[in-house]
Amino acid sequence: MDLDTVQLPTSTGKAPIATVLCATCGAPIDGSTGVAMCYDCIKLNVDISDGIQREATIHFCRGCDRWLQPPTQWVSAALESRELLALCLRKLRGLAKVRIIDASFIWTEPHSKRIRVKITVQQEAFQSTILQQSFEVEYVVAYHQCPDCAKSFTANTWRACVQVRQKVPHKRTFLYLEQLILKHNAHKDTINIREVKDGLDFYYSQRNHATKMVDFLGAVVPITSKKSSELISTDIHTSTKSYKFTYSVELVPICKDDLVCIPIKMARSLGNISPLLLCTRIGNSIHLMDPGTLQVADVQTSVYWRAPFSSLADVQELVEFIVLDIEPSGPTHGRFVLADAQVARASDMVSNTQSYLVRTHLGGILHPGDSVLGYHLSGTNFNNPQYEDLERTVPGQIPEVVLVKKSYPRKKKNKNRNWRLKRMAREESDMLPRKQDQERAERDYEMFLRDVEEDTELRASLALYKNTRKNPPKTQRMEGVEMESVPEERAEPGSEVEQDVEDDDGDDGDLPEIAIDELLDEFEEMHVQD
Amino acid sequence: MAVRAQFENSNEVGVFATLTNSYALVATGGSMNFYSVFEAELADVIPICHTTIAGTRIVGRLTAGNRNGLLLPTSTTDQELQHLRNSIPETVKVQRIEERLSALGNVICANDHVALVHPDIERETEEIVADVLGVEVFRQTISENVLVGSYCSLSNQGGIVHPKTSIQDQDELSSLLQVPLVAGSVNRGSPVVGAGMVVNDWMAVTGLDTTATELSVVESVFKLGEGMGPSNLAGGLRDSLVETWY
Repeated sequence: MDLDTVQLPTSTGKAPIATVLCATCGAPIDGSTGVAMCYDCIKLNVDISDGIQREATIHFCRGCDRWLQPPTQWVSAALESRELLALCLRKLRGLAKVRIIDASFIWTEPHSKRIRVKITVQQEAFQSTILQQSFEVEYVVAYHQCPDCAKSFTANTWRACVQVRQKVPHKRTFLYLEQLILKHNAHKDTINIREVKDGLDFYYSQRNHATKMVDFLGAVVPITSKKSSELISTDIHTSTKSYKFTYSVELVPICKDDLVCIPIKMARSLGNISPLLLCTRIGNSIHLMDPGTLQVADVQTSVYWRAPFSSLADVQELVEFIVLDIEPSGPTHGRFVLADAQVARASDMVSNTQSYLVRTHLGGILHPGDSVLGYHLSGTNFNNPQYEDLERTVPGQIPEVVLVKKSYPRKKKNKNRNWRLKRMAREESDMLPRKQDQERAERDYEMFLRDVEEDTELRASLALYKNTRKNPPKTQRMEGVEMESVPEERAEPGSEVEQDVEDDDGDDGDLPEIAIDELLDEFEEMHVQD
Repeated sequence: MAVRAQFENSNEVGVFATLTNSYALVATGGSMNFYSVFEAELADVIPICHTTIAGTRIVGRLTAGNRNGLLLPTSTTDQELQHLRNSIPETVKVQRIEERLSALGNVICANDHVALVHPDIERETEEIVADVLGVEVFRQTISENVLVGSYCSLSNQGGIVHPKTSIQDQDELSSLLQVPLVAGSVNRGSPVVGAGMVVNDWMAVTGLDTTATELSVVESVFKLGEGMGPSNLAGGLRDSLVETWY
């Protein structure tokens, strides 16, 4: 050691700095840090990466291309992505003690199943000496099937099932329910949806998902539900048991536009309303209205299930009438206007001249010559105890005809709507549906679509999307042309004849249309090009 | 002559021993290894006293002394005091002092002529130090450390201070003590030089971890190398060395 090389610090302006010799190598260093060892010697003597793993294993699911983030999370991340780097760093034990300055991937062949990461860390070694060090860590990618994938490859893994049933001969309520579920994303946790007779089955992997679904249904439609559980296995040592839960949910068997005859006692308690009522809406209670007085009643779900009543007639029994004359009689209730109308059955128009004088709530939308759907009570036998009670108590006061809704002339199946609804993916029951069942399903769906078009209130609770097909309907231009001619056309007595004309756009401008600004833009779906 | 030693796996030699020009105190340990190091160098020259202070082995930190005297804390038992009086030469005054800062080795750093003491030490203690040890007493700090006994190792030939001590402080201390000072470390970079080694005018004992560089600094500043003993010291050599080592 050449002692002469140690230079005395000269006191030229700046503060004098003590110089000591490094304890190990003898190099003269600045002693003001209080450490009598030079940086290089400290670096040689101290390994700050000591205790940090240099090898680790990360798990990867081949089925869904996701990585296991311990303890139970599975996250998707591309190779050499930030997410994967975060996952790799989190995997290393002992990294919390040091400060990470930098971390980067070193490229490896993907099929090598190795991931190499270069990490730079900093730590205080002695007092006020900060060391920086880089090292490489190698990760082995191990395959591990994630529980989701494992479940998807295994049948019958459901833990809870919600069986929704409505005992009516058509599917309109379920179509409406489907749209509600889609709009509120209530089917998020569902692992399977199965279509069965009179309803749908929803399957869940956890019980609370099923209760959530039942709660959702209870909030949007009138239901009654029953819970049952089936013991699958039990461990007598720890007294842990596992169950399968089934929720049987029954919807009220009354739909919109159904004619109901409520028990007289209930009618008395609902403001002495007439027992023969029309159902105007199904919310989370049943909304009923007397078409003769516009008096409304609201039957709560709990009240309904205390004394259930069935519908007297449903939409399939609607008969077409022609309005001969109509005169508003004054009272209104919301969009309903009370009116006295003279109607005749459309099928009777040629054979006889029998007409009916009827009081209706459709005074706002009906005009002489319009076609309207209604229930023909005088020509019908109902097998219903409440109706028989009513006939017995007030024999002469039952109306001959109850008008329900205006009928719009249109083609059997309208293919060019400018809007569309989403459908849920579901599993059909084991046997293929018969041809007539398929036809009936299509008819129900078309009827539901017409309902959506005609009822703004119903529409407001659904999510409608723009129809982005290759050949958009040419309604926009045609409509503008035809609009002016509509009033005259309606005034003509022979306008019914024209309803069979093929082009329904030009046929009747009165046809309900949905404004374009009510529709939602749909996200582009993935199309696989062959 | 500078030697390395270890007391029961501890390198802090200054904690377990006190070394002066007229006597040495060594803690009683499980084995005689540590004692043997002193015995090998000092037997027949000065007495080596095997003792405890207040029942503890940290004799180096609890006592302070030089050729003229030995200061003990109040916690020293009568038996220990008697044993020390019997063991060390009669010319050495042994005194128990009542001082709140009872680790005298940490707060007093003395050679045969001057002593540095903790700034907060009591007035009476300061007077006793001056009387018993026969020294001039200065209240000082070493690089803002008040424990002067821990961070300074001093003999009549020179001294080592904490490595952080600035040149100005070294100059100031050096002019007070009238010996050359150097900033340095022992035991592979430990700044606690007072507790890490013991030194008198012809030998030093440092911890086993002390590196060759540190040992060469110790030998240079305390003038312990071959031909550098107190008898051989010529003024010219001393001057040149002092210049080299500040």
